[in-house]
Amino acid sequence: MTCCDGHTATQTALSSSAETTGRLAEEELRAVSTILDDGLLNTVLVVPDMHCGGCISSIERAIIALPQVHKVRANLSSRKVSVTWDKDAGGGLAILKALDDLGFDHSQQADAEPVAKTVSNKGRQLLMSLAVAGFAAANIMLLSVSVWSGADAETAHLFHLISGLIAVPAVAYAGRPFFGSAFRALSARRLNMDVPISLAILLALGMGLAESLSGGSEAYFDACVMLLFFLLIGRYLDHMMREKARNSVDSLARLTAKGAVLVGDDGVLDYIALQDIKPGQHLRIRPGERFPVDGQIVEGVSDIDRSLVTGESESQIVRPGEHVEAGTLNLTGAVDMTATSDATNSFMAEITRMMETAENGRSAYVRIADRMASYYAPAVHLLALVTFLGWLFVTNGDWKASLYAAIAVLIITCPCALGLAVPVVHVIGANRLLKNGILLRDGSAFERLCEADVAVFDKTGTLTNGTPQLDHALYVRNEDKSTIARLAGCSSHPVARALARTYGTSSTCVLSDIKEVPGFGISACQNGKEIRLGRPSWVAELASRITPDADTATTAFAREGEPMAMFFLNDSLREGARQAIATISKSGLQTEILSGDRVAAVNRVADDLGITAVHAELTPAGKVERLQALQDQGLKTLMVGDGLNDAPALASAHVSMAPGSASEVGRMAADLVFTHASLNAVPFAHAIALHTKNLIRQNFALAIVYNCIAVPMAMAGYVTPLIAALAMSASSIVVVANSMRLNWLSPDVSVELPDRIEVINKTGTSAAIEAAPVIPNQPAIQS
Amino acid sequence: MSHLVILIPIALGLGALGLVAFIWSLRSGQYEDLDGAAERILIDGDEPAD
Repeated sequence: MTCCDGHTATQTALSSSAETTGRLAEEELRAVSTILDDGLLNTVLVVPDMHCGGCISSIERAIIALPQVHKVRANLSSRKVSVTWDKDAGGGLAILKALDDLGFDHSQQADAEPVAKTVSNKGRQLLMSLAVAGFAAANIMLLSVSVWSGADAETAHLFHLISGLIAVPAVAYAGRPFFGSAFRALSARRLNMDVPISLAILLALGMGLAESLSGGSEAYFDACVMLLFFLLIGRYLDHMMREKARNSVDSLARLTAKGAVLVGDDGVLDYIALQDIKPGQHLRIRPGERFPVDGQIVEGVSDIDRSLVTGESESQIVRPGEHVEAGTLNLTGAVDMTATSDATNSFMAEITRMMETAENGRSAYVRIADRMASYYAPAVHLLALVTFLGWLFVTNGDWKASLYAAIAVLIITCPCALGLAVPVVHVIGANRLLKNGILLRDGSAFERLCEADVAVFDKTGTLTNGTPQLDHALYVRNEDKSTIARLAGCSSHPVARALARTYGTSSTCVLSDIKEVPGFGISACQNGKEIRLGRPSWVAELASRITPDADTATTAFAREGEPMAMFFLNDSLREGARQAIATISKSGLQTEILSGDRVAAVNRVADDLGITAVHAELTPAGKVERLQALQDQGLKTLMVGDGLNDAPALASAHVSMAPGSASEVGRMAADLVFTHASLNAVPFAHAIALHTKNLIRQNFALAIVYNCIAVPMAMAGYVTPLIAALAMSASSIVVVANSMRLNWLSPDVSVELPDRIEVINKTGTSAAIEAAPVIPNQPAIQS
Repeated sequence: MSHLVILIPIALGLGALGLVAFIWSLRSGQYEDLDGAAERILIDGDEPAD
């Protein structure tokens, strides 16, 4: 690329000098940095390629060596580097250059929290609660064991009092997540799992206090704190899973502009942040940048790539007077535009609004755990009431004994196992997906994914790669190949990049006077003769012989006075697409394509994949309408898409997936994001989701079996604190052990991701198939 | 009974010590980057990284 920077810069009048570019980049960097109390700047850089200790140490060493840098800390888990630097002592660009020199890709993270806060406050609070509950549970258990093993009455009384002293503050501190959530549910006149949990904990605590103060022999302190400890584990795992997914999604490359270069009235260039752009301002968009807001081109010609915005796969030429949407990628030439909107009114903002409307529909989904709670909680409370009344009747009004029996029922039925049944399975499932490059943003996505009836795909960037690839070439002479590679390497146009990839970039041939002519192609001089690579009609001006089918070619190459070589490119299918569609159809889902691209292009892909339901040339709203129509027929939709235009559809579908290459808005709207290239991620995630559903059902069944044994015992008054402690731990352990089986259950073998086979084998799939009982296949699951 | 007066505070004290150590490690950011911590042990630093 170094060969052409200088030339292309001088080629258009709109390009700026090197110093101006540097100054603007510096301003851009400062704009995304946080100013600390002592006037230093903190910049968070996302470095996705950081993989090992070697990377950490080379990055930290290189950056700390700069005089302006005070502190640098690389975080391997979140793939971010936090740099604290002094803007008075030197430029921030040196930091970026240090990373460039080491060969790491990087992007800046705007409005980032400093890396020191990657573990959110909520996670920290849960962890602290977990620690306190763990401390209390261990110590109270220690005291309880000695009581159970036969301490004399006086010692037992003392031990109960000490247990109470530990339990009360521990419950008050560590129980907050449950009490808060239960209170919110009750004030909204709903019941969730936290209501019976909170009630059981508080009653157990209250009863224990009453018992130990009155010198009684039974106290449930250990049961109540242990309950809290187990449930907090479930809660924390669930939180960690979401946090991890959020961090990973954050660290994918950013695709929206964070600001733009403002052209002042006097021609002075300034970098301004996205939110400061106002309609009517003149902005300069350089090649390789995305348009920050909607606008009208006033000067310059360029090719633009709308694939993320509208789904059109072929690039287009824009000329002065034409309109461009925010989010479009500028490919070849610098252009000036007049902003016609600000950031909150642009095309992108409109998409965001449509997504919010769509999401309101989905929030009606009730998680399986809460659905269970709506039956479970009333049943448990009713049982306790029946026990109380029954005991009153049998014992002729001994209300104290009756109350104890009723509380014992509440404690023993407390959904300890139920509280773990769902999160443990989700966390193991999410980890399994993560190992295969799939990020799960929310546990309930598993539940929704197995309900899907129709898989709806976007075309550009989802079923296809979204970038053109060389299909075949005609009349290319071998001696020209290195020249073509060299010339193509000078442009960022996707077609040129595809050619450069095909013909290799290691060429050493000497070219001079390289010019990129936006809308046409790229030209240069070699050995005194002009060569051109670009649109066939433009290249034909040079060529000695033109074949009649020249216009059908995507692009062409010619040397002055010599015959023309032609290249045919198309948007190739994403890796694994055929297999993925076949697997999805086999597992009983219908398939459908919704695309914004032209009918012919969509039909070609649909025929190739054997998908018959095809809708082309849809607007973002059209996609949402089609999904709505499917949902009105009672079908649950799985939407897979990547573009900005897919974002509202992703948000409105029952469940959605996006590739890692998707637009940011698309990624934020999707429940699952897959980072490997292969589309096999879709059937793989679906298969894992079906397994989680099965395991969760088994866990619920186990918990119910446990209750069927424990509840009659409690109602009959046979439950002592010792039995409660044993029964509750045993049921939790059984549920967790059952959930662990997800690590070995094999999804449908054919969906193994080709590029990750070694990882799958490492987790023991192949070895464990015989050892672990395999869950019945799909037909059984769908019943 | 009398030995309990010594033993129980010791047991509770040790437990509390563990809890305080955990809270300290959490506060000082040792749970921020678990993958990184595993790798950093292999870096033989001539100068401290921090």
